[in-house]
Amino acid sequence: MSDPRCRRGVDPGQEHPRDDRRPEAKENGLSAKRVVALSTPLTKENVEMLHCGDRVALSGVIYTARDEAHRRIVASLKKDGTSPIPLEGQVIYFAGPSPSRPGNPTGSIGPTTSYRMDAYSPVLNEHGLRGMIGKGGRDRRVREAMRQYGCVYFGATGGAGAFIARSVRSVEVVAYEELGPEAIRRLLVEDFFVVVINDVHGRDLYEEGQSVFRKAP
Amino acid sequence: MRELHTSVLVETVRDLCIEANYRLGEDVLGAFERAAREEPSEVGRAVLGELIENARIASQGVFPLCQDTGVAVVFVEVGQDVHLVGGDINEAIQEGVRRGYQEGFLRKSICHPFTRKNTGDNTPAVIHIEIVPGERVRLVVVPKGGGSENMSRVTMLTPSEGVEGVKRFVVERMREAGANPCPPVIVGVGVGGTLEKAALLAKKALLRPLGTPNPDPEIAALEEAIHQEIQCLGIGPAGYGGRTTALAVHMEVFPCHIASLPVAVNINCHSARHKEAVL
Repeated sequence: MSDPRCRRGVDPGQEHPRDDRRPEAKENGLSAKRVVALSTPLTKENVEMLHCGDRVALSGVIYTARDEAHRRIVASLKKDGTSPIPLEGQVIYFAGPSPSRPGNPTGSIGPTTSYRMDAYSPVLNEHGLRGMIGKGGRDRRVREAMRQYGCVYFGATGGAGAFIARSVRSVEVVAYEELGPEAIRRLLVEDFFVVVINDVHGRDLYEEGQSVFRKAP
Repeated sequence: MRELHTSVLVETVRDLCIEANYRLGEDVLGAFERAAREEPSEVGRAVLGELIENARIASQGVFPLCQDTGVAVVFVEVGQDVHLVGGDINEAIQEGVRRGYQEGFLRKSICHPFTRKNTGDNTPAVIHIEIVPGERVRLVVVPKGGGSENMSRVTMLTPSEGVEGVKRFVVERMREAGANPCPPVIVGVGVGGTLEKAALLAKKALLRPLGTPNPDPEIAALEEAIHQEIQCLGIGPAGYGGRTTALAVHMEVFPCHIASLPVAVNINCHSARHKEAVL
């Protein structure tokens, strides 16, 4: 029986046979063909079956938060244990969109660089955050927290904000409105294509993908 | 003496801010297409395909190329035989940026460095004004993204480190930057001058059209050598692994003090935006 959170009745665990060989085995690097459809919020089981390099079509509600919003959420959690957005099972997208033109739910909405959130992400992982979407590598502490608490780090294509905007159905500012582009927004997305960078099994797409093409000059 | 009203500068800067953020240069698009044919990584080719499609969507004028519509860097060359009338040239440029970012639905990304309070209109722009011969005014607007700017560095090497030291610094900077600055990037390198001169040369190097090497053949050869070493890092499009890590390396050099070898690396993301007008 497929997980009810998986869309179109596809059981992601069975959609493609798992290939745990390192990608050096493949001459042209990682395959772009494996796609897993998932709906938010994510369960621990959802994230456990994801592997580095999987393409994921995410649908449902996700939240944007970047530098200043992270600082404030963590300060609030440390002060009295509250957060302006739910965290358990949720996915945070490191993004600050450009303004929407009339008649459009959003402006451009690509990812921002993730390492700036490294100082905060482990605290959110402790509170049940199941997914983060951004671009660029994460530090060791974050990767360990992701393994410990069960969270996946997804990559969206940096600089493809106009392309990504087409996956966004609606946007609502839900916290810190005064921060403008940095306010927390609740997005409803449909088939937002992301790639698993860090899975809960300790693998890293950047390390594995780049090692295939690295050579002595 | 030729007179030019500063209101023309306001309108021009406004238009350039908008155009730069919606229309990617043909040179960059051409480089994407060439890379998409040559890139051996399947995922890399898919990313390049997304970038080409992204540029097509942006050119329709609804969604800017990237949500990070940048800090507005404005280079101005003012001919010494032009008389600017109608107000402060700096304020005219700031007003042009203000209008461009408001009317073009561009993101306002500028804040106080400590309080992080957003200025609300993407000003102040970073303005570089030079006086040049002639009676024209040339304006270049460069919306510069924060992610790639954060990966940029300036260093002061010792003269003994020489050409090899410069190469090592640039390649190592790219290796450390990895996926962060949105590869495939354009690498601007400024060598010589002083701390700030090297940084300015590196930024100006980003404005050179892709496919145009430095006119000095020795510097052009060095650009090519560094480019090849960067491709060998294996970072690839979006950092997922591949050969297309940089679309180009552009180097500008300037004489420096006998004690110094300043080197600046200014990385530009693939959304390499700049538009110019001559008035």
